[in-house]
Amino acid sequence: MSAGPATPAVALRGLRKSFGAVEAVAGVDLEIADGEFFAMLGPSGSGKTTVLRMIAGFEPPTAGTVLLGGRDVTRLAPFERDVNTVFQDYALFPHLTVRQNVEYGLRVRKVGRAERRARAEEALRSVRLDGLDDRRPAALSGGQRQRVALARALVIRPKVLLLDEPLGALDLKLREQMQVELKALQREVGITFVFVTHDQEEALTMSDRVAVFENGRIAQVGSPAEVYERPASPFVAGFVGTSNLLSGDAARAILGREGTFSVRPEKIRLVGPPTAPGRGAATNAPELELPPASAEEASATGRIAEVVYAGATIRFVVDLDAGARLVVTQQNLTTSSADVAALRGTPVRLAWRAEHAVAVPDPVVPTPREKESAHAYR
Amino acid sequence: MLGRSADAAGADTARGPVRRLSAWLHRHAGVRLAALLAAPLFWLVVAYLGALAVLFVSALWTVNGFTGEVVRQPTLVNFRTIAADEVYRTVALRSVGVAAAVTVIDTLIALPMAFYMAKVARPRYRRWLVVAILTPLWASYLVKAYAWRVLLANGGPVDWLLGGPGSGPGYGLTATVLVLAYLWLPYMILPVYAGLERLPDSLLEASADLGARAGRTFRKVVLPVIVPSLIAGSIFTFSLSLGDYITVQIVGGKTQLIGNLVYANIGAANNLPFAAALATIPVLIMVVYLVAVRRSGALEEL
Repeated sequence: MSAGPATPAVALRGLRKSFGAVEAVAGVDLEIADGEFFAMLGPSGSGKTTVLRMIAGFEPPTAGTVLLGGRDVTRLAPFERDVNTVFQDYALFPHLTVRQNVEYGLRVRKVGRAERRARAEEALRSVRLDGLDDRRPAALSGGQRQRVALARALVIRPKVLLLDEPLGALDLKLREQMQVELKALQREVGITFVFVTHDQEEALTMSDRVAVFENGRIAQVGSPAEVYERPASPFVAGFVGTSNLLSGDAARAILGREGTFSVRPEKIRLVGPPTAPGRGAATNAPELELPPASAEEASATGRIAEVVYAGATIRFVVDLDAGARLVVTQQNLTTSSADVAALRGTPVRLAWRAEHAVAVPDPVVPTPREKESAHAYR
Repeated sequence: MLGRSADAAGADTARGPVRRLSAWLHRHAGVRLAALLAAPLFWLVVAYLGALAVLFVSALWTVNGFTGEVVRQPTLVNFRTIAADEVYRTVALRSVGVAAAVTVIDTLIALPMAFYMAKVARPRYRRWLVVAILTPLWASYLVKAYAWRVLLANGGPVDWLLGGPGSGPGYGLTATVLVLAYLWLPYMILPVYAGLERLPDSLLEASADLGARAGRTFRKVVLPVIVPSLIAGSIFTFSLSLGDYITVQIVGGKTQLIGNLVYANIGAANNLPFAAALATIPVLIMVVYLVAVRRSGALEEL
């Protein structure tokens, strides 16, 4: 069981899982380092939860291996693995009190009564839930249940904690609070957290590294900044943040280059208007004229097609004259909120630093032949 | 009411009598409730509780041994006879034993079957399994009992399977328990299946995840959660067995149960009051059982 410092906490090799004719996981290779906060991000049906369930041992893989701390656990039952899971529905035992729920795993391990009590209390304190020991889960709020589920899994001190959309059932305020708490908790206990989510913001704010899943494969693995700033495919660019792609003729006209490029909406400046009409909006202001593309600065002209007021920010959807559509996010500083809707249809110029147009490699789409062989694999 | 409807008289006639009645009922919730519950309440009070009351009252009467006429004078003589005579105590205890044995056997068979139906079988086969469990209920009770009589006959299929004439249980107490357990099994499987279906799979996974093997998960998670279902099923199997008198006549040999005695006193002995007194025994046993179940708190979780 002893593992060198370089041994990853979790290693997946060629992991596949088919349900009947559906291939949910189509070959996943992944290494998660010890003590890492790792997020598996993807839309529903992208295979991320199935991968988590294969790590936990609830689903036997169709092919491939699961290594925990260097040990091959592919054929082991969940109760033989040194991982614990926080379930999406929390899966608290309804007939047991909070304390009995937390003590369940210790009882199974035949931990003595006094130590059991002490460790359960410590775990409940670490998730900031004390004084509710004798309540039943039915008498708790969603946030409290979530904490009990966390305490129940952490009390066993697993090597790896798996979290399946643990914040999905909470309301926005509580979710934001739990994001911060989970991160702090992970730092405190030093356990590897593997976290499944479809919420890109959650993945970016909480994790050390993110794996973006697409159709049962990993489209990209990297730090949140890498995945956000340098998306490896148009899918990643679109799923992690707003899809803002320039390709083909538009890319040639605006950037003078071939390929597909992603520009994040907050990197783009809106030059010229918007100021509300009637307050001296100069539609023919000199700055609207297009300067030549330079090494440092790229720009494009267009017309505002849609204005979305989102409180702290305003999103402008701009149809470029060169034939693409870009979204621009601006802090809600300059514009009086009542007037923004009137900006629809206004011509504008967009500008961004050249390095912010990031080349996005075209996706490696499996050819029909590869798909067939994947099919034959089953 | 009349004043108000007079205001809207024109509109009312235009709406027609049915709609006006509906509107009136809508405004009078008490009348609505009374109209809804009148028929079922009548049935419950007169046909069900009334019959039960008549049973208890007639248990206090006697029969004139000479004329065979019912003497309508309250006396506890019937109950004294039952308490004093060894035979009735033996038969009552035997009946409870049979009912308990049937309940235990059905529980032991139903748990794995219901678990398979609810948690292991693929969802699209579940419906067919439920139908398969229900199908025997469509066949007549008598047909099934006589089928078992043939199976258990001396030199019949059961004997043959067990190695020759006389090696099977034959007719008697064992056969009675066996056939009753067969007859009432669906009544145990269905509530347990319903209970297990409501049990989220994630609870089983969470238990395994926390280190428990299948046996422990079953004892500590599955069983406590489905106790109300088991009790519901046991009420069926226990009370149906306790009241049965046909199966025991068909496959019971000389075995006597409370049901036989009641039947014999209604028919051959023509002693209705004594039959009524005997019939109160299973009623009392069921009341005791229900009170015990209620005490355990299991009914609150139903």
